Amino acid sequence: MIDINSILQIEPYSIGKEEKHKILSSILTELTQHHIENCDSYRKILKSFSLDINKITNYYQIPFIPVRLFKSYDLLSINKSDIINTMRSSGTSSQIPSKIFIDRETSSHQQKALVKIVSSFIGSKRFPMLILDAPPSIFRDRNSFSAREAGVLGFSIFAYNKIYALNEDMSLNIKEINEFLENHRDEDILLFGFTYIIWKYIYPEFTKYKIDLSKAILFHGGGWKKLENESVSSEEFKNKLFECCGIKRIHNYYGMIEQTGSIYIECEKGNLHSPLYSDIIIRRPIDFSVADVGEEGIIEVVSILPKSYPGHVLLTEDRGMLLGEDDCPCGRLGKYFKVMGRLQNSEIRGCSDAYHQ
Amino acid sequence: MLTINNAKPLIPFNDSVMEFLNELSLMILQNKECKEYSDIVTFAFWCRKASLTGIKEQYKNDKIRLGRGIVFHIAPSNVPINFAYSLVAGLLAGNLNIVKVSSKEFKQVDLIRNCISKLLENEQFNFLSDYINIIKYANEKETTDYISNLCDVRIIWGGDNTINEIRKSLLKPKAFDVTFTDRYSICLINADKYINEEYSDLESPIRIGKYFYNDVYLFDQNACTSPHLILWYGNKENIEKAKNTFWSILYDIVKDKYEIQPSSIIDKYTAFCECSLKLSDITIESTLDNRIMRINLKTIPEDIDNFKQHSGYFFEHTINKLDDLLNIINRKYQTLSYYGFKKEQLEILMLKISPFGIDRIVPIGKTLDFSLTWDGYDLINTLSRRIEVVS
Repeated sequence: MIDINSILQIEPYSIGKEEKHKILSSILTELTQHHIENCDSYRKILKSFSLDINKITNYYQIPFIPVRLFKSYDLLSINKSDIINTMRSSGTSSQIPSKIFIDRETSSHQQKALVKIVSSFIGSKRFPMLILDAPPSIFRDRNSFSAREAGVLGFSIFAYNKIYALNEDMSLNIKEINEFLENHRDEDILLFGFTYIIWKYIYPEFTKYKIDLSKAILFHGGGWKKLENESVSSEEFKNKLFECCGIKRIHNYYGMIEQTGSIYIECEKGNLHSPLYSDIIIRRPIDFSVADVGEEGIIEVVSILPKSYPGHVLLTEDRGMLLGEDDCPCGRLGKYFKVMGRLQNSEIRGCSDAYHQ
Repeated sequence: MLTINNAKPLIPFNDSVMEFLNELSLMILQNKECKEYSDIVTFAFWCRKASLTGIKEQYKNDKIRLGRGIVFHIAPSNVPINFAYSLVAGLLAGNLNIVKVSSKEFKQVDLIRNCISKLLENEQFNFLSDYINIIKYANEKETTDYISNLCDVRIIWGGDNTINEIRKSLLKPKAFDVTFTDRYSICLINADKYINEEYSDLESPIRIGKYFYNDVYLFDQNACTSPHLILWYGNKENIEKAKNTFWSILYDIVKDKYEIQPSSIIDKYTAFCECSLKLSDITIESTLDNRIMRINLKTIPEDIDNFKQHSGYFFEHTINKLDDLLNIINRKYQTLSYYGFKKEQLEILMLKISPFGIDRIVPIGKTLDFSLTWDGYDLINTLSRRIEVVS
């Protein structure tokens, strides 16, 4: 088996189309074989597609698992005793969260990939970090992470000193923020948070105080969730935050709990980039054929990290568009793309419930 | 709030009611806007005099009957036209009707309501105002409580959750519910006939394809009458041939007429994966694209209705003898649509196997036709009472 660790040493945006295709094809077919051997459910699904795994030479041919399946089924390719933590998507009360089972090896790969990707943007030194969220409850289960907690934990690796901007009741902890900023007056500061949390709880509060974050670098992701109707463009988000507290360096990122680690970060030109360790394929809904550059479709995500669960090739419920490959003006190699949001829920007709609609 | 205190029950198929419905039909068919909606037009044709007189004939020999009194209709939120059929059933049976229409906005509902209001202004029909009350409210329990306590019959057009929710509002001891629950519908095709018959124009495979398309896609395969399981009957070779013709004709029609939403495709694809996880002995039929998805079942699990999807997602199964239907049908099964069988043949079959389910057996293309007998209820008789007079 190819040593993932050796791939994770390679700079994430340094490999061109053809070589990347070869690397991903060989690792992802091996992973497919691995999950067939170690996950009954995955094997059953692939079997029903009547597909000869030995004939797969290209990762575009590997059947994708719909992300929703991780909500209804426990899909894992390891013994339960090897699980070191379970990550859950931030399902609201009406939604069932996805459950992703992580062992030591996959966890280590996730961390390495994240470090490699983020440090290619900010370098490898550590920063004082202001987390634009509330601290996790002290009563939380230490072996189970929500998407928000996992994100915070992942980025904390770049911090030597960190505080949370919000209190547990989601109010702004202005006193501590001011102290923190005073102590780190001359340093670059790392900011991290979830897009909708920042927009709903942080931004309105920040406008009330004079907070200078002109030396900060912000990473945010996670989409708009329930605030879909309040959704603002990435451009507007940047402008507003710049106006209120002078943040110049803002990077959105696209990622999901089902493929933690191999995230897609927005470059200085405003494009999301796929690192060497993962890729996106835009599919046409009608027949799942590959869409052209500039054509909107459903986003498929592949990642070399998921080994403890069969999540290496997934069909998301997000809409996206490929903008190009290897030729973003920022200079990074790999595909670059944009995400337009979630697929709209079906409005299907029929004799369904009169009451609950 | 409701002006129903002075009105009395009527005899079924009351002349003024019949006249009113005929006028309503004419008014709708002359209305440009109404005519844009095929479901409204179908409704208008159904309630014109000639059609209703035919139905009246079937009840001719009945003894003295009167409407039960006040009927409370709770219409479903996703089939806009349904409220109108429910109302007409209540009227024809001789009742005062309170129809709760969905709080969702439907153009069809507004158009028909307007026609009704206009017609009621007519002096001749003025008295019927008490018999027709169409209301809208946001499911507040107090309102449901109030009307439930007032009515003699409550008709709840499902699903199951709605029925359970509405039943929390008590009825008067003598009153009762007519409930239309979540159902499962199937289609039975005689491949020997489909392949070999000299077709009349009405029965050509293309015509059958169009009929089947209407049964399935007009409501995104989500009406209780929409077939989800296709049973093939006949010799093996014919079934293979029939399948090829049937699905390729359907594909062309769907491609031409039906726009499937991307999230529906995700629903279907996810369901596909779930079937491979949960069901044994299945094979997925490879199709040209995601418009039509098909799964072959060697055996039919008891809970196959839990695996149903919408927007073009079919299970297929071959039966060797018609008696096998007994092992398939359960209480959930509602409509069986068919091709290549005689009515008498299917009547005899039902009596022979006497299943718990299946309330309607109709040719392909007729699954959506409303009938005054629905889910096994004769609505006229259910919504009226018989007065026995002994000499």
